[in-house]
Amino acid sequence: MSPGPAAPTPLRALWRPLVDENPVALQVLGVCSALAVTRSLATALLMSAAVIAVLAGSSALISALRHWIPRQVRLILEITIIASLVTVVDQVLAAFFWDLSRELSVFVGLIVTNCILLGRAESFALAQPVHLSVLDGIGNGLGYAAVLVLVGSVRELLGRGELLGHTVLATADSGGWFQPVGLMLLPPSAFFLIGTLVWALRSARPPEKGEGP
Amino acid sequence: MAEPTGPRTGWRRLRDLPDDSPRKTVIVTLAVCLFCSALVAGSVVWLRPHQLAHREREREARLLALAAAVPGLEGMVSGLGEAEVTARVVDLDTGRAAEGIDPDTFDAQEEARDPERSRELDPEVDLARIGRRPRHATVYMVRERGDLRLIVLPVYGAGYASTLRGFLALAADTNTIRGIGIYEQGETPGIGDQVQDPAWLAHWPGKLLRDETGALRIRVAKERIDPRDPEASFAVEGISGATRTGAGVTRIVRFWTGPLGFGPFLARIREEES
Repeated sequence: MSPGPAAPTPLRALWRPLVDENPVALQVLGVCSALAVTRSLATALLMSAAVIAVLAGSSALISALRHWIPRQVRLILEITIIASLVTVVDQVLAAFFWDLSRELSVFVGLIVTNCILLGRAESFALAQPVHLSVLDGIGNGLGYAAVLVLVGSVRELLGRGELLGHTVLATADSGGWFQPVGLMLLPPSAFFLIGTLVWALRSARPPEKGEGP
Repeated sequence: MAEPTGPRTGWRRLRDLPDDSPRKTVIVTLAVCLFCSALVAGSVVWLRPHQLAHREREREARLLALAAAVPGLEGMVSGLGEAEVTARVVDLDTGRAAEGIDPDTFDAQEEARDPERSRELDPEVDLARIGRRPRHATVYMVRERGDLRLIVLPVYGAGYASTLRGFLALAADTNTIRGIGIYEQGETPGIGDQVQDPAWLAHWPGKLLRDETGALRIRVAKERIDPRDPEASFAVEGISGATRTGAGVTRIVRFWTGPLGFGPFLARIREEES
C-alpha cells in the first residue's frame, strides 16, 4: 500500500470515517462540541444532524468550486461557505426545533470552528469530485454522530435513567432501584467517556507506525 | 475546442486563469460572497415567521406563568383551555394602543418616575395616592378561541402601610370582576397582609364595578354583607382589623377603573367587542 489514503471509492468515502478514520475518536477533532452537547440524546442527535447537513453541503460546494478557488484565498472562501451554511442550519433549527435549539445555544454557531469541517474541505473536497466529497462529508458527519450518540445515550441513561426523555431505568426517587450517577450530567463525564472511547478504538486498531499525514 | 464564446466558456476561461491572477481572485471571491449572502438572507427571510411564532408562544407562556403566580389569579388562567395571552401598552388618556412601545421592554414604574412621561395628580382625584401616574400601562388580554375572556389590568397604590401592587382581572363586559391578585405588599403582618390570602381574594370574583347608571360602586365593606342584599354585588367583606388596608384596596380599584385609570381603555373595549 502506498503512503497516503488509497484511491477513494464511493463506499470507502462513506464508511472509512465511521470507525477506521473516525474524526472524533481517532483524529480527535470536534471534541469541544462533543463534550458540550452530549448531556442528553436528543441534543446529541440534533447536533449530529446539523453537522452532517453542514458537512455534506460545504463539501459539495467546495468540491464543485475546487477548480475556481485560488489557492491564496481558499481558506477564506471555505470558511465563508461553511459559516453561511451554519447560519442557515442555525436558522432552520430555531424555526423547527425551537426548544432543543435553545438548549444547543451557541454550539450550533460554533460548528464553524469545528475542525472536522475545515479538515474535510482541505484534505478531501478540494481534491475530489463532488459525489465523493458529499459522501465523505456525510461519512465524517456520521462518524461524529456515532460518537455523540454513544456518549449522549450513556450520559442520559446513567445520569437520569432516561433515553430521549422516556424512562428506561426507574430511578430510586420515583420508586425504582436505579441510583442516577449525577456526575454523568456534568461536563467532565463526557471527557472520561470520549477518552475511554479513544483508548478503546486505538487499542483495537493501532495507527500505523511512522504514518505521516 | 470551439472559439470561446458565451458564459460557459467564460467560466472555463476564468477557471484556467493562474491562481495568482488578481482578476480570478476578485471575481471568484465576490461570486462566493454574493451567493453566500443570498443563501443566508433567503433563509432568514423564509424562516422568520416560524421563529417569531415560537418566540410569541414562549412570551405567552411566560405571561401565563406570571398571571398564574399571582395569588388569586392562578385558578383563572389554568382553568382556560386554549388560552392565548397578548400584552399591549395602552395610552391611559386616550385608551388607545400606544404605537411603537414594546410591551416586553416597557416599564410603567420607570415611566411614573419620569416627569416628562407621567402626569401629576391633584390630591382630590388621586384616589390610589400614587402622586404621579405614568402615561401608559401594559394590559394583558386573555382570549380563548378568539373570544375575549379576561382583561388583566395592572393596579397599584397606597394601602395602609405600604404600596400594594397587583392585577385586576375583568370579564369581557369590563364590569364583572373575575379576580384580583396582589403580588407585592408590606401591610401589617397577620392582619393587613391577608389581602394576599386566597380565602379573602375568593370573595372578589363575580362582583360588579358599576351599577346600571354607570356609577362606580365597588367597595371593601366594613360591615357584614348579606348575600341577599342587592348591594352585595358591589361589596366585598373586609378583613377584620385591616379597615384601612381594605379602604386602600377600594381606592386602588376605583382609581384604576375610573376616568384617570383604565376607564377610557375599558370604554373602548366595550365599543370594540359589542
